[in-house]
Amino acid sequence: MLTYALRRLLLAIPTLLLISLIIFLMVDLAPGSPMSEIPRSIPPEARQKMIEALGADQPVLVRYLLWLRQFFLIEPAYLIDGWFGTSLGGGAQRILSWQSRAPVFDVIGQRLGQTMTVIGAGYVIAVLIAVPIGVYSAYRHYSWFDQVGTFIAMIGYSVPTFFTGVLLIVIFAVNLGWFPSYYDTSLTVTDFATFKRQVWQMALPVTVLALFHAAEISRYTRSSMLDNLGQDYVRTARAKGLLEPQVVLKHALRNSLIPVVTVLALGMPSIFGGSIIVEQVFKVNGIGAALIGAIVANDLPMVQTLTFIFAVLIVVFNLVADLLYGMLDPRIRYE
Amino acid sequence: MSEPVSETVGKPVSETVSETGHGLFSDRPRSPWADVLRQFRSHGGAVAGVVILGLLVLAVVVGPFLWRLDPAFIAPKATDMFKMRNLAPSLAHPFGTDQLGRDQLARMLAGGRVSLAVGFVAMLISLFIGTTVGVLAGYVRWLDGPLMRLTDLFLALPLLPLLLVMVMLFRDALASVLGPEAGAFLLIVGAIGLTSWMQAARIVRGDVLALKEREFVLAARSIGTPPHLIVLHHILPNVISPIMVAATLGFASAIITESALSFLGLGFPPDFPTWGRLLFEGVEYMQADPNRVLFPGVAISLTVLSINYIGDGLRDALDPRLRRR
Repeated sequence: MLTYALRRLLLAIPTLLLISLIIFLMVDLAPGSPMSEIPRSIPPEARQKMIEALGADQPVLVRYLLWLRQFFLIEPAYLIDGWFGTSLGGGAQRILSWQSRAPVFDVIGQRLGQTMTVIGAGYVIAVLIAVPIGVYSAYRHYSWFDQVGTFIAMIGYSVPTFFTGVLLIVIFAVNLGWFPSYYDTSLTVTDFATFKRQVWQMALPVTVLALFHAAEISRYTRSSMLDNLGQDYVRTARAKGLLEPQVVLKHALRNSLIPVVTVLALGMPSIFGGSIIVEQVFKVNGIGAALIGAIVANDLPMVQTLTFIFAVLIVVFNLVADLLYGMLDPRIRYE
Repeated sequence: MSEPVSETVGKPVSETVSETGHGLFSDRPRSPWADVLRQFRSHGGAVAGVVILGLLVLAVVVGPFLWRLDPAFIAPKATDMFKMRNLAPSLAHPFGTDQLGRDQLARMLAGGRVSLAVGFVAMLISLFIGTTVGVLAGYVRWLDGPLMRLTDLFLALPLLPLLLVMVMLFRDALASVLGPEAGAFLLIVGAIGLTSWMQAARIVRGDVLALKEREFVLAARSIGTPPHLIVLHHILPNVISPIMVAATLGFASAIITESALSFLGLGFPPDFPTWGRLLFEGVEYMQADPNRVLFPGVAISLTVLSINYIGDGLRDALDPRLRRR
């Protein structure tokens, strides 16, 4: 298991480096980058000085390595300083946002929690809804429950989140007035009343995310459960007189969840992508909203860093899923 | 399956016979595509999907010739414009008007054209890249490793953020060369195609790997058929079914992605309606007029739902194990 984990970890590092290179080059070489948009009225000497001051006269490779150093050495050093009160950073230049002149990582640190709370809650609820539905539809294959479930899953899978979100706002916030139509980021949970408000304002965005992902996950659970229920070992388990719940929930379900874990991992990019939309609809002040804000304001360091943070999150969660997979299915470890 | 007649049990017999043109006992062999069609037609959801998608495409293609109001028309006099604003649905404007007095039905039709065209072209691009990568990886051994690592890399990319960044960086440059509409179209279609080919590539590679070792390919190689002809004549026709299924799913997801970009305000320029853009504009007015978000939202959802059902039906129809039931 340890060698397997190490191998996966070592594979993740070149992936991350390549992704960072792609993101860096795309932003750096794009025609829309501000380096190319210094007005022509500026005299050439001043222009040269500006470019030198920005470090833009260095070769691409040097700038890429400097950016990597900032990202992987200097920023974590400041993070540790913040936690333990040390001074590892030593006053080195941090990645600054062009919009707010504040370090990019401070902004991200403030916002990551919001994103993770909403997405995490949505995803956990999605799994909790989807797995039982998938199992029961497979167990009662072609029953009315299965038919209705498949139809609803198809709808949940096809209706885009930005439409479900808007629809829920129109119905539950505007017409019925049950829930607030936007998410109040400044709310801090201190007692029961604020906790209730927090749950209330999370209800709609979490519902949207949960519905969308539950549709996908339940379909995968169902088809993987169907495959397993037809296997010989299930017949053997029944033949030796095990109770039905034991056969289905212990023998078949365990094996069926293995491919579902892969789907959860492969869905990571779309989950974080989807969070951008849900944050936009419900005005959640998370990193997705920060990305949109930075794009509108042409704030390149922020955009570069946030895109890369999304990539890091995806790779990390993929790694977690890989490790889970290795734990669930010992055959994977010895490929 | 002892008697041959039982093969048509569960399907209207007269229909299958007349449709395929020959019965079970005729001399001519049954074409496999007729079988596929027969199986496809037994999938209720898929047939409904074809009908609904067909109606939507028809409405969007023919509609603007029948409903002749200009989607960009704003009354030139300010007083007229104010009178035309935010009208509720009526005979003159069945879907109402927007905040500038433009006819919503005309805008929906024009927007649908763009949304469907974007989805279709982006799907073609992603299929082309995916099939090329898949065939190369499956057929050329030394390319397999690098190309599959590339596919894994693309699968780990944060796609929506990257798409947003691409639109932000390249929109103005392309717009100055090609004009705002053509520039935005090319950019969005290209960006979506470039970021959605991975599934198709994986499926095609798997199939090619299996096909490569089959006898008919070995036979073709042994009589000296050059590799590009083997791929064109023997491999590609045999991977067409997974490609078709990937195509429908790609079409649906491309439409959703375009709408999502437009919804985030980073799609087409404001005067250029797409369903996603109309939904985005409608959000501001949804308290006063929920129709503004309902119509484009339902249009997108219906399109994607019917395409997904068609994909489901195609997958069942193209699977020979299911077809024989």
